Amino acid sequence: MILDVAALHKAFGRLEVLKGIDLRVKPGELVFVIGPSGAGKSTLLRCCNRLEEPTSGSIKVEGVDILTPGVDINAIRRRIGMVFQSFNLYPHLDALGNVTLALQRVLKKSRSEAKDIGAAALQRVGLGEKEKAYPNELSGGQQQRVAIARALALEPAILMFDEPTSALDPELVGSVLNVMRELRESGMTMVVVSHEMRFARSAADRVLFMDQGRILEEGAPQKIFNSPEHQRVREFLVSIER
Amino acid sequence: MGRFADTFLNWAVMAQYAPRILEGTWVTIRLALAVAIAGIACGLFLSVLRAFRFRAINVLIVFAVDVLRALPPLVIIIAFYFALPTVGVRMSAWVSTWLALSLVLMAFSEEIFWAGILAVPRGQWEAARSTGLSFLQTLRDVVLPQAVRLTIPPLTNRTIAITKNTALGAVVAVGEILYQAQSAYSFSYNPSPLLLGAAAYLILFIPVVCFGRWIETRFAWKR
Amino acid sequence: MEALIRGFFNFDILAQAWPILLAGFWMTLLLTLAVVPLGFAGGLAVALASTTKNFFVRAVVVGYVDLFRAFPALVLLMLVAYGLPFLDIRLGAFGSVALAFFLNTSSYYGEILRAGIESVPRGQLEAARSTGLSALQTMAWVVLPQAVRNVVPDLISNTLEVIKLTSIASVVALPELLHAAREAQALTYNATPIIAAGIIYLVCLWPLVRLLSRFEHRQIALH
Repeated sequence: MILDVAALHKAFGRLEVLKGIDLRVKPGELVFVIGPSGAGKSTLLRCCNRLEEPTSGSIKVEGVDILTPGVDINAIRRRIGMVFQSFNLYPHLDALGNVTLALQRVLKKSRSEAKDIGAAALQRVGLGEKEKAYPNELSGGQQQRVAIARALALEPAILMFDEPTSALDPELVGSVLNVMRELRESGMTMVVVSHEMRFARSAADRVLFMDQGRILEEGAPQKIFNSPEHQRVREFLVSIER
Repeated sequence: MGRFADTFLNWAVMAQYAPRILEGTWVTIRLALAVAIAGIACGLFLSVLRAFRFRAINVLIVFAVDVLRALPPLVIIIAFYFALPTVGVRMSAWVSTWLALSLVLMAFSEEIFWAGILAVPRGQWEAARSTGLSFLQTLRDVVLPQAVRLTIPPLTNRTIAITKNTALGAVVAVGEILYQAQSAYSFSYNPSPLLLGAAAYLILFIPVVCFGRWIETRFAWKR
Repeated sequence: MEALIRGFFNFDILAQAWPILLAGFWMTLLLTLAVVPLGFAGGLAVALASTTKNFFVRAVVVGYVDLFRAFPALVLLMLVAYGLPFLDIRLGAFGSVALAFFLNTSSYYGEILRAGIESVPRGQLEAARSTGLSALQTMAWVVLPQAVRNVVPDLISNTLEVIKLTSIASVVALPELLHAAREAQALTYNATPIIAAGIIYLVCLWPLVRLLSRFEHRQIALH
């Protein structure tokens, strides 16, 4: 197991956002998480690298319990790549600078080595010629691909996507999804929170439906999309497709 | 500890000079208010004048504002008080300080108001003029109300900073807090009056600084 | 007119006073080079301390900042210069000025940098942490560069104010530019040295003022 989440609870004050989540992700698997807003999808992802501190439960990444006190969380975080809805590129660094910062500071790579790895990562997301471009010179789709390259360059064991295309203009969504599809084909383990149902149908190994802090239903995409067990899932799918 | 208290918190000395410090406090308050009112009023006037965009006048305004922002206030006060009399222009220490600080505040507030006027979108002018409002009516009823709101946080902070400079009046013997404290210190050769003076400033200005902080969050200045 | 030239722009007097003024100019420059970096470093420490989650530390920092922003700088300078010797702490004129300025400027720079740090979106921090950067690394490489960039106009404005403020060091007899000018005036019975000092300040600081006025217009216009 790359990721093994058991009985995960998270509360913000008195508001319970996650009410016991169990999730196991195998190497090379693409797990797709859907559900209405407020279901706790983002919180689940953010707990997995402790951007949020879980209230209780256990999270193991490659067999290491990341919630044990004294664990080197920074070493673990770079094994878990994270792609955000709002890209969060560093505006004061160019594309290559965004990708190489952690390589130099966390992995202590030399400048030239970091450059080589960074350039390769940008190549992989189809932005080899944009190394010198600053975030504000890039389209939303390009920015998100740089963000993917930034995560990818650290050679993570697993990549988390938190609604990676929600902030994009419709015509730019495809370029990001293509990169994600290529990553999947190269065997990258991924957890994706998104509303791109077409992509889920064709690329996901497993789809989870989350509602009110719980996983209500999970299974193969065909099963979830064609014959869901729960009325809630059916209603949600109808509402998404209008 | 006893020696420390004797030196810095000498009640006898403090009691003796407290009335003088209190007197100084009133002078500081009056001076600060006079500076704030004159400075902001003149600054607003200049910024409105500038909105007419008469080339020659605007060049003059920008020049005067730049000079007043580049010179240290103390240099201006000293020039008024010590240099002007040599060419026959005499003014009291109070007037020198008031005039110098008012001019400095005028310069800063003119810049702030003018930036506020520029920040109001062109469409506002065009919309107002298209309904038949005159230039002055547009400025007064449409543009300035919007501009002033933008300018409140920087203007508040600048006014606080400049009114604190009333302490510079001590250098030309305006009888405000610092001057009273300093002369009491020289008479008694005991630093207690200085502490008393410092306390007077804190009582006066901590509420003002907190007010500035509150204004800043209230009218949050989005970048 | 002739009286004006003889009183204010007298070249014979200027020639006499020039060596004194020049020495004063170098002292002002030296003072600036000491006070600005020290204050900035102190301000950075203040700003970093105010980002901790520790309530006690934050309260102390807010107290420090508000306290030293409430004091007029001249009051602080007098307290340090005349009060500390009673504690057998003798810093000399330069040391007193440096300490008083440090307390004052670090508060202002601290407030500006804190605002800068707060202006950096939370997502930046999360993105950096998610790539494994530590809290300190995130601050140094991701947050601070953006924070400083966001408040460049305020930093320049404060630096201008600090440079102008060095003129108050004349009050404790540090021979900087204003002090030199007054000394030369006393020697020559002529106001030309004071006018000359004003012009020197003007020539040195005008570029900063112009730069700043550019920034301010852009800042408000972006609003």
